[in-house]
Amino acid sequence: MKKQKMSVAQKKEAMWSYLFVAPTIIGLVVLNFYPIFSTIYQSFFKTGDFGLGNIFNGVDNYVKLMSDSTIWQAFWNTIKYAIIEVPFGIAIALVLAVFLNKKLAGTSAFRTIFFLPMVCAPAAVAMVWKWLYNSQFGLLNNIFGTQIEWITNPKIAWISIGVIGVWSIIGYNMVLFISGLQEIPGDYYEAARIDGASGIRQFFDITIPLLSPTTFFIVQTRIIGALTIFDLMFMVMDKTNVALSKVQSVVYLFYDYSFNIGDKGMGSALVVILLIFIMIVTVILQAAEKKFVYHN
Amino acid sequence: MESYETKKRLTTILIYVILFIVSFIMIVPFAWMILTALKTNQEAISVNPFYIFPASGWHWENFKTVWKSYNFLILYKNTLLMILFRVICACLTATMAGYAFGRLKFPGKNALFSLVLIQMMVPAQIFIIPQYVMVSKLGMLNTQFGLVFPGIVTAFGTYLLKVGYEGLPKDLEEAAGLDGCNVAQRFLKIMMPLTRSSMVSLGIFTAVFAFKDLMWPMIVCSKAETTTLSAALAKMQGQYTSDYPAMMAAATLAVVPMVVIYVIFQKQFVEGIATSGGKL
Repeated sequence: MKKQKMSVAQKKEAMWSYLFVAPTIIGLVVLNFYPIFSTIYQSFFKTGDFGLGNIFNGVDNYVKLMSDSTIWQAFWNTIKYAIIEVPFGIAIALVLAVFLNKKLAGTSAFRTIFFLPMVCAPAAVAMVWKWLYNSQFGLLNNIFGTQIEWITNPKIAWISIGVIGVWSIIGYNMVLFISGLQEIPGDYYEAARIDGASGIRQFFDITIPLLSPTTFFIVQTRIIGALTIFDLMFMVMDKTNVALSKVQSVVYLFYDYSFNIGDKGMGSALVVILLIFIMIVTVILQAAEKKFVYHN
Repeated sequence: MESYETKKRLTTILIYVILFIVSFIMIVPFAWMILTALKTNQEAISVNPFYIFPASGWHWENFKTVWKSYNFLILYKNTLLMILFRVICACLTATMAGYAFGRLKFPGKNALFSLVLIQMMVPAQIFIIPQYVMVSKLGMLNTQFGLVFPGIVTAFGTYLLKVGYEGLPKDLEEAAGLDGCNVAQRFLKIMMPLTRSSMVSLGIFTAVFAFKDLMWPMIVCSKAETTTLSAALAKMQGQYTSDYPAMMAAATLAVVPMVVIYVIFQKQFVEGIATSGGKL
């Protein structure tokens, strides 16, 4: 930009602009940017006991975390949760979106029902599912006449939690898919129909490629969302649950360290590791976008 | 041609079958929640798959019991106020900043806007410990202020409103500028009313996510009389572990208000969340 003297009108406009952005910018600095640096700073300190100050201990927190198998397990648990929630939550939502986009009777009623979990507090949703999963009196074992320990068997519990995640998210993904579908011009399908392409052919040759920007967006937000999952694990898994260590997520551990055990130094280090992990995932996703997303 | 018609009809039937199955799966947890809430504990734990409805009548008193012992009136009040304050703060700060970023020229605009974008890329968990320490140092634990604190400003809302303002036609404002309106008048009288739909989206989005938040209210408002519905449910679970009707009654009380509002304003809800979510 060329350095130019601003006119009076321009100066006035700039003044108003600063006034308008001031609350947001000050808020972001205080509430978000200072905390980022503060968290990173704190991650290098041993949290002092009551009344004692924090003690600098370099990368000790990180070394401790990295050598603790619980942390690695928590990362693995979180990834396993994502492996269920992201693909199933998206595939089911896409099929439902295509169906509801066909303008059949009753579409809006179905949409209302599928979207319902989105407006429910996950705490309540998790409580209900925990009751459904109850191995002695739960509805699922009653109906199927089974005795499966849905949430206490470490081999099954992670899948059970993933199912709640999928159930909760399909309505949201579906609504995003529907708005993506409505942007695809109808002529494409018209032309395909004249050429005699079947519905399934149309789905794979037109819908999938033209919808890829929407799909990519959902994949990206859901991966990040799944990697920071907390509520479901926290509400469904009791402290005494034997499967807890095979299910607890990274953010669950972060909460435990920071606010139960009260070791904010360790909690900070853990969340910094999570931040780095998510940054790496984001970079990979950006690279993948160039490869897989179809741009007109 | 006839075979084409039959095929089409079969496809439609298949689609409906799938839609009904999925609807059933979506509704069963809610139905079971309400049915359990109306049973005695004895009935709730009876192991008989065909024992669906409460045999000894509908036990509405379960709701009364939880309502009293957990003081839902206060939980509703706390949750409602938190949502209200967060929505007002978010809409107010975001519309002002969104207008400036979307329509006005000023030095340092891109640099300042990059702060907004960076905040949106960082997972929120990294802010929590220092935010908690701030609230605690201000002596604001267990207060309404503490609940609202992280939601006073919104990077996402600012972005959403900026996009909304950018989409408005340019000549609107120029005509107003000639009539001797200053920036604030232009903003208040002409531009802000035109972004109403973006504001509604942001309001709904903010309300729903504030309502669903669990970790923050648990941390800053640990006392039963200052906390929100979500956080209270988490506490309740520890105390009522084997009284299933009581827990389901509490869960029902926690989800019903939002579900009712959603069913009434479903179009705005779905569109609000889809347009906000789509632009994230």
